[in-house]
Amino acid sequence: MRFSGLRVLREGLTGNRGWQAHWRDASPKDAYDVVIIGGGGHGLSTAYYLAREHGITNVAVLEKGYLGGGNVGRNTTIVRANYFLPGNSEFYSHSLKLWEGLEQELNYNVMHSQRGQIVVFHSDGQRDAAIRRGNAMRNQGDDAELLSVAQLKKVLPYLDYAQARFPIYGGLLQRRAGTARHDAVAWGYARGASDRGVDLIQNCEVTGIDIEGGVVKGVQTSRGAIRAKKVAVIVAGRSSQVAAMAGMRLPIESHVLQAFVTEGLKPCIDHVVSFGMGHFYISQSDKGGLVFGGDLDMYASYAARGNLPLVEHVMEAGMTLMPMIGQAKVLRSWGGIMDMSPDGSPIIDRAPVEGLYLNCGWCYGGFKAVPGSGHCMAHLVATDRPHKAAERLRLDRFRTGRGLMDEEGTGAQHNLH
Amino acid sequence: MRLDGDGLIDRSRPLAFTFDGRQHLGFEGDTLASALMGAGVKVVARSFKYHRPRGVFTAGSEEPNALVTLGHGAGQEPNARATMVELYEGLQAFGQNAWPSVEFDLMAVNDLGAPFLGAGFYYKTFMWPRAFWEKVYEPVIRRAAGLGTLSRKTGPERWERAFAHCDVLVIGAGPSGLMAAMTAAEAGADVILAEEDTRAGGRLNAEVEEVDGQAGHAWAEAMRVRLAAMGNVRVMTRTAVVGGYDQGTYAALERLATEADRALKGCFWRIVAKRSVLAAGAIERPVAFANNDRPGVMMAGALRAYVNRWRVCPGRRVAVFANSDAGHRTARDLKAAGVHVSALIDARADAVCDLDVPFYAGGQVCGTVGRKGVEAVRFRQGDRIEAVQADVLAMSGGWNPSVHLSCHMGGRPVWDEGLAAFLPREGAVPGMRYAGAAMGAFSTRGCLESGAAAGRAVVEDLGLQAVEAPVPGAEDGTYEITPFWHVPGKGRSWLDFQNDVTVKDVTLAAQENFTSVEHMKRYTTQGMAPDQGKNSNVAALAVLADATGRGIAETGTTTFRPPYVPVPIAAMGAGAKGKGFAPERFTTSHAASVARNAPMIEAGLWYRPSYFPKAGETQWRQSCDREVRMVRDHVGICDVSTLGKIDVQGPDAAAFLDFLYTGMMSTLKVGRVRYGLMLRVDGHVMDDGTCARLGDRHFLVSTTTAAAGQVMRHMEFAHQVLRPDLDVRFASVTEQWAQFAVAGPKSRTLLEEVVGQALGNEDWPFMACGDVRTGGIGARLFRISFSGELAYEIAVPSRYGAALFDLLVEKAEAREGGPYGMEALNVMRIEKGFITHAEIHGRTTAFDIGMQGMMSDRKDFIGKAMAARPGLMDEDRAQLVGLKPVGAVKELIAGAHLFAPGAEAVSETDEGYITSVAFSPMLGHVIGLGFLARGRARIGEHVRMVEHLKGSATLCEVVAPGGFDPEGGRMRG
Amino acid sequence: MRLPCPICGERDRREFYYAGHAVALERPGEGAGAKAWDDYVHNRENPCGETRDLWFHESGCGAWLVVTRDTASHAVLSAVLAEEAAR
Repeated sequence: MRFSGLRVLREGLTGNRGWQAHWRDASPKDAYDVVIIGGGGHGLSTAYYLAREHGITNVAVLEKGYLGGGNVGRNTTIVRANYFLPGNSEFYSHSLKLWEGLEQELNYNVMHSQRGQIVVFHSDGQRDAAIRRGNAMRNQGDDAELLSVAQLKKVLPYLDYAQARFPIYGGLLQRRAGTARHDAVAWGYARGASDRGVDLIQNCEVTGIDIEGGVVKGVQTSRGAIRAKKVAVIVAGRSSQVAAMAGMRLPIESHVLQAFVTEGLKPCIDHVVSFGMGHFYISQSDKGGLVFGGDLDMYASYAARGNLPLVEHVMEAGMTLMPMIGQAKVLRSWGGIMDMSPDGSPIIDRAPVEGLYLNCGWCYGGFKAVPGSGHCMAHLVATDRPHKAAERLRLDRFRTGRGLMDEEGTGAQHNLH
Repeated sequence: MRLDGDGLIDRSRPLAFTFDGRQHLGFEGDTLASALMGAGVKVVARSFKYHRPRGVFTAGSEEPNALVTLGHGAGQEPNARATMVELYEGLQAFGQNAWPSVEFDLMAVNDLGAPFLGAGFYYKTFMWPRAFWEKVYEPVIRRAAGLGTLSRKTGPERWERAFAHCDVLVIGAGPSGLMAAMTAAEAGADVILAEEDTRAGGRLNAEVEEVDGQAGHAWAEAMRVRLAAMGNVRVMTRTAVVGGYDQGTYAALERLATEADRALKGCFWRIVAKRSVLAAGAIERPVAFANNDRPGVMMAGALRAYVNRWRVCPGRRVAVFANSDAGHRTARDLKAAGVHVSALIDARADAVCDLDVPFYAGGQVCGTVGRKGVEAVRFRQGDRIEAVQADVLAMSGGWNPSVHLSCHMGGRPVWDEGLAAFLPREGAVPGMRYAGAAMGAFSTRGCLESGAAAGRAVVEDLGLQAVEAPVPGAEDGTYEITPFWHVPGKGRSWLDFQNDVTVKDVTLAAQENFTSVEHMKRYTTQGMAPDQGKNSNVAALAVLADATGRGIAETGTTTFRPPYVPVPIAAMGAGAKGKGFAPERFTTSHAASVARNAPMIEAGLWYRPSYFPKAGETQWRQSCDREVRMVRDHVGICDVSTLGKIDVQGPDAAAFLDFLYTGMMSTLKVGRVRYGLMLRVDGHVMDDGTCARLGDRHFLVSTTTAAAGQVMRHMEFAHQVLRPDLDVRFASVTEQWAQFAVAGPKSRTLLEEVVGQALGNEDWPFMACGDVRTGGIGARLFRISFSGELAYEIAVPSRYGAALFDLLVEKAEAREGGPYGMEALNVMRIEKGFITHAEIHGRTTAFDIGMQGMMSDRKDFIGKAMAARPGLMDEDRAQLVGLKPVGAVKELIAGAHLFAPGAEAVSETDEGYITSVAFSPMLGHVIGLGFLARGRARIGEHVRMVEHLKGSATLCEVVAPGGFDPEGGRMRG
Repeated sequence: MRLPCPICGERDRREFYYAGHAVALERPGEGAGAKAWDDYVHNRENPCGETRDLWFHESGCGAWLVVTRDTASHAVLSAVLAEEAAR
């Protein structure tokens, strides 16, 4: 069924009885060409692009909970392409281009809103780093602009320019950056994949990976064994557990990241704004809630919930940068499980086991990568060759030291990125 | 309207307030909601999506409708729940999300579009044309959405934060909480009793039932007074426990009683408790039927609270609809208060009634009639539809225990068929026990007993002896309920009043395969409004369970997350506004620098002088250039105390430093200083600095300002985790010593005067160090140079820092010298090609900065193995070079990228970037440092700098870093 | 979250700095080879459940601790001085 304004009108006039399931719930078959472990944003987009770009439709997505229940459904919805190191630059640039027009591609309004992101900086050193970053973005063909304090005051009049502990020197603006409705992205890809014949199987937990002679043969699940020619592991924070089923130890440590939303407010923050002197980023959802977050809690965790020190630190950062949000009340806080890699950048690569493919290490930037990750992963699974935009996202870079993408410059400590 | 009788308000203290500009009167003890009710205001808000008129619905923090804005201007508070706002003289409240007013709202036109605005409609449209999303659709949607408005200004309000510790935290001071607290306190436990309301008592304040032969509220107040008088008890009213965290940590929000002119709003508490008792009560749940959201429809328990506690009623004729004895209780209290009950409709077919009111057993309300308020109630009994005149409909669908805090650590509640409610799961939160209505004990006596039992259980957990005490007598009625969620029929039946989610939305979600409870929530926005589904979640999932043919238990709940009630960002981030965000560190020369009008800039937490302007200098470059020349020609003084200083001592100190630094420190002679690099475990440069050997077993390590903390932590790690076998101890002495660079050709004579001894090259050669005396005190002298000049750094205990700085500056000024700031320091180090964290930014290796030769192959050191990875020694890596503009444009920009001349400036051709730039007054042109692929082999070649953001490009010559005095003769002079 | 520092007693999480899995205690020899060093610096078992990790009581006594913890429940089972665990 095609979605359109006309359809909404027609259904509205006839009691909305004609709407159908957005995707088909499938039961597992005995065998598939490709089994994707993980029904989150990246798994669903991989399934979609396998079908859409490569004509591979004998595909199952196995999800132990509900579709889109992982980080795609619990992030701060920011979409940007403002990385500066080779590898990240071209990958996120590629992903942003896929975001543009995603509604029309999926016939699903994912509300991708290119409202602009501004990273505020607070010293000469930070300004120089912003210029380096902005130029890397421009070299990549993406947009970036440097805003002076005077320009910033016009765009973000509510920042504390006068009293703040760390005075504001300016900002780096990417107009094409913005937000999207996170759940809708998962649902849109699910619908698109399902329409093309992919089996989406919820409540199906993978309990083992069958490997014979170094070649993957299928998976064991809570709903029985499934044979597969190729298996793609796309499970973010759970990567280590699934990789262990294939006898692998990954360069991943799972951490909790919290996020927050306030009650609905009339429009007051029109961009995505990030603070340069402490981890803090904020935007306002179309419903009116301020959606914001900060740093990791900084301890390995699978609990999908965090603790007060980080909560308070995020609020402190918000209060010093934009004290006007003080009267906004937080309604809800939550946590997700982040697959932190040693350089803070992702991995899309073949595993040492033939027929097994890895997609992990998204740290806490995985949401904006959803289209690009699926697109490149599908290319890798279908052709056994990396997509050009993801050829630097190699697993062996840590061992060799070649092509590390340590944007934060904090080194091989998983939680510091 | 206001009823006769006392209640818990003080009629001798009337309070004037305004709502939407109209003046009203209330009384001390009123909430804004009760005062509005007393004043006859019915429509207090508009709904989120359809702009339906809405009235007060509850009497607690779960209020979904009565959200108002308090005050106006910078400090205005949007989305205040009128049910929780204590009335005060001069209070100004405003309706919100309406234009021009909540009474008459043109946006109500949205309601006509309801058939097209159902669950998730926006996912299916607004996609064409593509550019319209940001330009047309989204702005319109954003303006329509949202509730109240932030002022976008910094408000005057202030919050505090504090810690508290106790043995037992009792959450809720209703009958069960009071009993639990008393039982624990009498056993000797340290108790905190937290209550969200302004007074203890919970439902006892809303009901007429007695406890121990006295009015319930009077018993509760007596208990509160007794508890408050005990030395081991802290009773915290107006304090909502909002979150449960690990190891017995709880978050609580304490509001101060509101006063018009008080900026301090309250306190955000972190309470650490060995044990806790969840006695948070229960929340009454509505029933979904057509137009159940009209002003006048409200919860029965809330209506009893308004009638009994505040002596107000929102109308004159009340219909009551319930599926338990709550209906009878409500009708009884109304009659006692003299309010006309026009119907008591009990959904239970076998219910009986002994009250003199029109009674309809087995009846179901199927709709309300009216415009901005209920005028009549329609109900079905058997196959007849009847209508009664009523302007208030009180309803009860049963009670949902407030299990929230039991679920904050990931526990899921358990469905209880008998009570038709979710109960907290045993053991869901370590150390937490449950009591009263929160665990499904719904009679007063049941609450008292379970509270006492929970109190005994926690004191026994703590190893204390509970004192036996009788439980007071109270009503002990049974709770008989027929689960009842939704009356089928035409029209829209609201579940989530705040987000305008109706039964149809939930069934549509199920029809579209959003059958997981999480999918339903996210698709319909059910439970995502300010009340977080406190009123509606259970009914919504019951509707979903129905639509999908599953049971409620199987359907499950969404996740309960902190905070339990909305908490202002200002409360959780209290104290961080403005300068409060981070501590400020000041050097001993701070005051002197400020007195000389030096602009102070942030360096980490420190403040350092940028430059010292002289009369006639109108911009920083003039001052900076002068200071550079001053140092190079005469002498300059610079406070370098912010650099980290770590004192290292012990028999194995030298071996330890060999393990830390890439170079050998054990071969350093006493009285000498060596430059050193420390690597991270992954082989990249962590920091650079000097290491001075003060004695055979005594070293002083210096770090950069930025990395001082990191290096200290790293050293502790290296010692405690990696080499505990080494007998070495160290301590940060950064703040114990004030240290000043004295740089320039006249530095020697200046310092000879200060320390009273000769400092010639024989005794004090380059890189010498040792003890000296000045002004009768011991000092340390280091002949090191970050400027490339003949230079020293002299350190004294911090208490003498200010005096020494003044002395040094005075002597420098006598020699045509003076103080210099960070700008000049930076220019001089770039002239010399010395690196800072602009170059060692965490991604550079010793190889990149040309210091691979400093990596000793005679010993192991941290980072050595990983630095040997092929990728870290690759000739193609970007290497440190100097740059000089040779094109028409004579500027360089830090952050600009480098390309081969003639190459297009794109990622594929990117060869490097500039890290540091300065105008060198000595060389007479701009100089830069940067990283260039294969840079060391390209000295003399040309590259092109391109800076897209400002639109600048120029040709540069690649030069060796450090064009000024490359042989270093001045430094060694 | 609170951790039982063997020197200071139970303290709030905000006094501590976290540094990852206690595998850091088992530093390979200089010439242990690329694989051993890769495993030491990068690869992690990353258990969902009981783990041992390293915490630095930075705003307290300055001790590095090996804490045994559950990553699923956040239960803290024990804490010992790294200095002693490393010996």
